[in-house]
Amino acid sequence: MNLSNGRTIKTIRIDVAKCNGCRACEVICASFHAKPRYSSTNPARSRIRVIRDQVADIYLPVYAGKYTAAECAGRDKYVIDGREYDECAFCRASCPSRDIFKEPDSDLPLKCDMCESDPTVKEPWCVQWCLAEALVFEERQVAEDKAPALDDVDIGLTALANTHGWPKVLDAVGRMGGTEKKG
Amino acid sequence: MRYAETGFNLEVDLTRGSFERVTTDARHTEQFLGGLGTNARLMWDRVGPEVEPFSPDNLLVFGTGLLTGSPAPATNRTIVSAISPQTKLFAFSMMGGFFGAELKHAGFDKVVVRGKAPELVYLWIDDGKVEIRDAKHFRGLGTLETAELIRRELGDSMVQVASIGLAGENRVFFASIEQGRSSASRQGLGAIMGDKNLKAIAVRGRQDLNVARPAEFMGYCNDALKYIELREKNPIPGVMPIVAGLGSPQEMRVHDEQWHTENFVWGNARHRRKGFWTKEIHEKWTGTMEHMRTRLLSCHNCPLKCGAAISVDTRICSYMMKCFSKLTYTMGAMSDLDFGLKIAQKATEHGVDAFSAPQTMAFAIELYEAGILTDADFPGWPKEPEGRFYWLLDHIVRREGIGDVLADGTYGAAERIGKGAMAFAHNNIKRHEQLPLKLGMLNPIYFLMYSTGEKINITQIEGNFPQTPFATRAEREAFVKEWEHVPDERFKQWFLDWELRGEKSIPNYPTVEATCEIVHWQEMMHYIDDSVGVCAGLSSFPLKPPYHIHNWPRIISAGSGLTLDEESLKHTTRRIRTLVRALNIRRGMRRKDDKPPDDHWKNRFPELEKKLLDAYYEFKGWNSDGVPTRETLHELDLDFVADEFVQKGILKAEEAAA
Repeated sequence: MNLSNGRTIKTIRIDVAKCNGCRACEVICASFHAKPRYSSTNPARSRIRVIRDQVADIYLPVYAGKYTAAECAGRDKYVIDGREYDECAFCRASCPSRDIFKEPDSDLPLKCDMCESDPTVKEPWCVQWCLAEALVFEERQVAEDKAPALDDVDIGLTALANTHGWPKVLDAVGRMGGTEKKG
Repeated sequence: MRYAETGFNLEVDLTRGSFERVTTDARHTEQFLGGLGTNARLMWDRVGPEVEPFSPDNLLVFGTGLLTGSPAPATNRTIVSAISPQTKLFAFSMMGGFFGAELKHAGFDKVVVRGKAPELVYLWIDDGKVEIRDAKHFRGLGTLETAELIRRELGDSMVQVASIGLAGENRVFFASIEQGRSSASRQGLGAIMGDKNLKAIAVRGRQDLNVARPAEFMGYCNDALKYIELREKNPIPGVMPIVAGLGSPQEMRVHDEQWHTENFVWGNARHRRKGFWTKEIHEKWTGTMEHMRTRLLSCHNCPLKCGAAISVDTRICSYMMKCFSKLTYTMGAMSDLDFGLKIAQKATEHGVDAFSAPQTMAFAIELYEAGILTDADFPGWPKEPEGRFYWLLDHIVRREGIGDVLADGTYGAAERIGKGAMAFAHNNIKRHEQLPLKLGMLNPIYFLMYSTGEKINITQIEGNFPQTPFATRAEREAFVKEWEHVPDERFKQWFLDWELRGEKSIPNYPTVEATCEIVHWQEMMHYIDDSVGVCAGLSSFPLKPPYHIHNWPRIISAGSGLTLDEESLKHTTRRIRTLVRALNIRRGMRRKDDKPPDDHWKNRFPELEKKLLDAYYEFKGWNSDGVPTRETLHELDLDFVADEFVQKGILKAEEAAA
């Protein structure tokens, strides 16, 4: 299928029931992204981490996504099949509340790049090294969902939120908006 | 720059409460690789023969292998060493899991623990920073329980913990060190940890581990993975399912237990139960396993799934199990799998070895039945064997009453009990409990492996050569076709000619000379693995593994930067093996100790056995009493060993000079 206004996106299907917790994905990711390539390994530099809790039988591979400057104010718990997951478990953000998805020596955020490189790899390396098939590479056609252009206020608020976090910004907007009405 | 290793050991003195980061000697890496090899060198230099197991001078070494933590699949071993309380010899027990890689990323190749803490403590190694922390609040707690509480106390779910339970704290001679899905179980190393008042070591690391020739090394890693995938899809035909694939025996996955339950022996290694495995049992046990097993689990960077999360109550994972511990309690108590998996949960939390513990308990029941121990020794114990096993486990790990005696293992307990109890401690080598197996005809290969394997555990010396001949020539020809693993073509011929019956069958075939070569090859592979830090399950243990003597030199070299070829790797491995021998020789071990359990085979051949041992000692470069000769030691750059042997009168000066 080729949607006229669509594009191809690369995705990884994660089957948590198949994960055996070996962390080979972390090893190869860190190794592939090392400079020079393969010269070192270090799971702390990996763009995929297996969130794990042996007693709760949780083995959850998560990919590094967007950087966020501020942590969430509220946290939820997910209970799936008797296993209790912290909401952060599913979160892909490189975030101040935890030490994953950051370069250990500089704290700079890490993000999964699907191993895009020259020469091209047929599948991201973590998928190739996951013989348990908990990670499966898929290319999908999706309809173009272009983000609407931001106006000046949006840009300004986003910048504020990046610095202070949305809860504080919303709180301020709420308070100040109210003040203006009264006045 | 050091590659694959960090070049640093963490030295901890628990008596003084001090620690030090020590740069290791790069020449020791060249000479002894890492893991077992460098552990042995440390022990030689620092733990003299006069040091008792429970002395502050006994070292407890957690040594990663040279390639542990590298991208090479299954390089995840930590080799734990100390003088064993049970054998009084140099012990080395390998654990997989995630501890070793984490330790390397924390900046250390080994943790070397000496002294004894005044109070119960644990060690916290956080990326090069070290703390000795109070562990009094963990006293008496289970191994997994402690690990979990330490993770919470430190506020970090990614911390790896190796810990002991009640058995280690109370210095039970077969106490284990547990580490999540893995453990260092054999030879009572948990008791040494307990004696040092060290409840646990927790580690977390974020440092890089470098490899010497990156692209080349990664090529080998990818080759290994591809080969593993191929082997998993193509099990070896004609052998038992548990040895047809890779990894340690796939006990968590395979439900057909006819081979173990009918060929291995039950109780205190006594009863063969032919015809035990009925359809009804098969269905019942399959149901038990499928109900309790919640997930198959791997060690660090290994695609094999040798372990499993087991759930015995409402919790999702009560503990983790692997390999033959599935059956040892079941068979020891003459019970069923449901009981075995349930008591193993308690035993894992208390931290005991799943070979020695059930055998010691079955031994106690036998002594009771024989009237050597009486009701007075077992106040209030139940009538049924399952209840008795729980009672015994509880008393052993607390060293209460008769439990205090039994906690010394079957040999130690028999010595203390007297009254003919020693005849019941019948399944030991060098005072250490063995796999419960009793056979008819002596197999020369296994005779030498049982007698001389210094891990004192058959699974740690056997492996690459098939255990028994294949029935037909056609099957053998098919097997040798893709068998590049053998050191040379002669091995194929020995296997091709090996028959189930007739002239070319056991005990007289393989010939004495061929037997020496086959045993030496298999042992060499284990010593490479234990020094490199790879799981035996992908190298020395299964048939046709991804790693072998022809590809190890280039893999080790590309990873570590050492200059190695096949000859020099063989030479290095021989040096390591000889040093391990020397450590035990210095502690008094001799030819008299190199023997299998008396009743392991029904049909014995004293003359042949003498010939085998004589020839093997000569092959190894040892004298007729099993002591490495001066010539051998010199050839292996172990003159410092020879000098001490002469000084102590172990080698005579003229013999040494010869």
